Amino acid sequence: MPNPDQAISLEEQIDHWRSYLRRRQAIHSVDVAELEDHLREQVTGLMNAGLAADEAFLVAVKRMGELDALSREFAREHSERLWKQLVVSADAVERGPWGGTDALVAVCFAVAAAMAIKVPALFGINFDDQHAEFYTRNLSLFVLPLLTGYFLWKRRLDTRTIYWLAAGLIAAGVFANVYPFTPKGNTEILSALHLPIALWLAVGIAYAGGRWSQVAGRMDFIRFSGELFIYYVLIALGGGVLMAFMAMLFKAIGINIGPFFGSWLLPCGGAGAVLIASWLVEAKQSVIENMAPVLTRLFTPLFAAMLITFLIAVLWTGHGVDIQRNVLIAFDLLLAAVIGLLLYSISARDPLAPPGPFDTLQVVLVISALLADTVALWAIAARITEFGFSPNRVAALGENVILLVNLAWSAVLYIQFLRGRGSFTRIERWQTSYLPVYAAWAVIIVIVFPPVFGWI
Amino acid sequence: MEINKDLIAASSTPMVLAILAEGDSYGYAIIQRVRELSRGHLEWTDGMLYPVLHRLERLGHVEARWEIAESGRRRKYYRITSRGRNQLDRERRQWQAVDGALRGIWQVLSVVVPPPAEIMPEEA
Repeated sequence: MPNPDQAISLEEQIDHWRSYLRRRQAIHSVDVAELEDHLREQVTGLMNAGLAADEAFLVAVKRMGELDALSREFAREHSERLWKQLVVSADAVERGPWGGTDALVAVCFAVAAAMAIKVPALFGINFDDQHAEFYTRNLSLFVLPLLTGYFLWKRRLDTRTIYWLAAGLIAAGVFANVYPFTPKGNTEILSALHLPIALWLAVGIAYAGGRWSQVAGRMDFIRFSGELFIYYVLIALGGGVLMAFMAMLFKAIGINIGPFFGSWLLPCGGAGAVLIASWLVEAKQSVIENMAPVLTRLFTPLFAAMLITFLIAVLWTGHGVDIQRNVLIAFDLLLAAVIGLLLYSISARDPLAPPGPFDTLQVVLVISALLADTVALWAIAARITEFGFSPNRVAALGENVILLVNLAWSAVLYIQFLRGRGSFTRIERWQTSYLPVYAAWAVIIVIVFPPVFGWI
Repeated sequence: MEINKDLIAASSTPMVLAILAEGDSYGYAIIQRVRELSRGHLEWTDGMLYPVLHRLERLGHVEARWEIAESGRRRKYYRITSRGRNQLDRERRQWQAVDGALRGIWQVLSVVVPPPAEIMPEEA
């Protein structure tokens, strides 16, 4: 009889072997199960023949063959596995609580979003220049509540959270529509731009499904947002190709399809695609490598090089930043891009891994972005009184400060991590706990700015 | 006696199909049966059997199903299909042709030149 100690160590050894096998791309988990059954059978057979557990394990593993050769054979038979497929087959899609598939529900939500955007047209508010104002204010309200709803359904949240989210969404709808904005005024455009950012928090809370208070839950939401953006862009590109063919074909038979694009295909397709892209991101998350971190790896060195060259050029030529109307917004976008690069490299990094060269590069990127922004702020601060405090400038300045604070503290934490004085999880925690700050500033711009600046 | 890899690879398909023609089976048992049939001369690397089985499955020569074995673990069983039986017939005819040809030449050789193994001791 094998003694319990031996049995435990045998299980450990098999666990080890299994995890080794799982790392092979060509060998799927069903194959691992099949091979494991074989291994266990072999071990039992050898132990019955009188071998000790560890001896039997060694012989069985040896007989199984060298792992590299084995995975090569598997790859030869299953060459398609080297290209991970986004299989949306019946058994790959998880079942929802209503018995239907997740895919079906996602498509229903997408259709609902596509129809929601046409509902106002029933009341004579058509998708044209005359009602552009209505659609500018409400655009995100047609889509994001449905996206929130999809995740509420998918994650089965408790009723209290649902009430809070519903209250928030209704409040957003009220604020977007009751304020007496000056048509095409600054505050109206600011509010339209920032409402989606504020509502994205509601989507995040629904997405995290009760894990919003945890670092991991928020990190998953960050990953989701990045992938969603990439998928949405890809779908939009595909849609563009479809539209080009459509226009060409119908033009050939003398039908001008332009009005159909403007009033149906673009609004409905654009709204529905958000839901479809979200579902795709969810369905594929364990199948395909995330794209955002790959792009991050590619662009972090390039951005760092660009910023350093910029700083050297400033020092060399002595040129100050030429303050024009949009320079502050440009620098806000730059900081946002750098935070994006930082976030998505954090999201893909193993927190336990020791500091590596890429981490150093990351710090170089952050610090050079901070310096570049300081140069710009310096120039702006000198002339801010001269320009006066318009809503646009205050909003842009606030955003700059928020992003600057985030990056500065990230740099401090990152340097501590590089010098071995802090763990990587602190950087993660800082980034995830900072998420509500963006939403809070967006809420302030949507709710407080219009009355303060007199609806201009 | 070591049998060369190409021969093992070439004989693997008829061997597996023939063993499955005896009755449904699973990987480990197939390997054991191969050992038994070849009296230990055919030493397969165990893991290599599975890509062979998966190829036969893809070609439709065998069907697979998961069952709970008496050990309580899930086990993948394979069954030969009618296409597999046809393939086995074809393979059998091919191997018989090869075997027949070789037998013929072995016989001729054994008449003309005695095998070297028998000469060696006399010379020594």
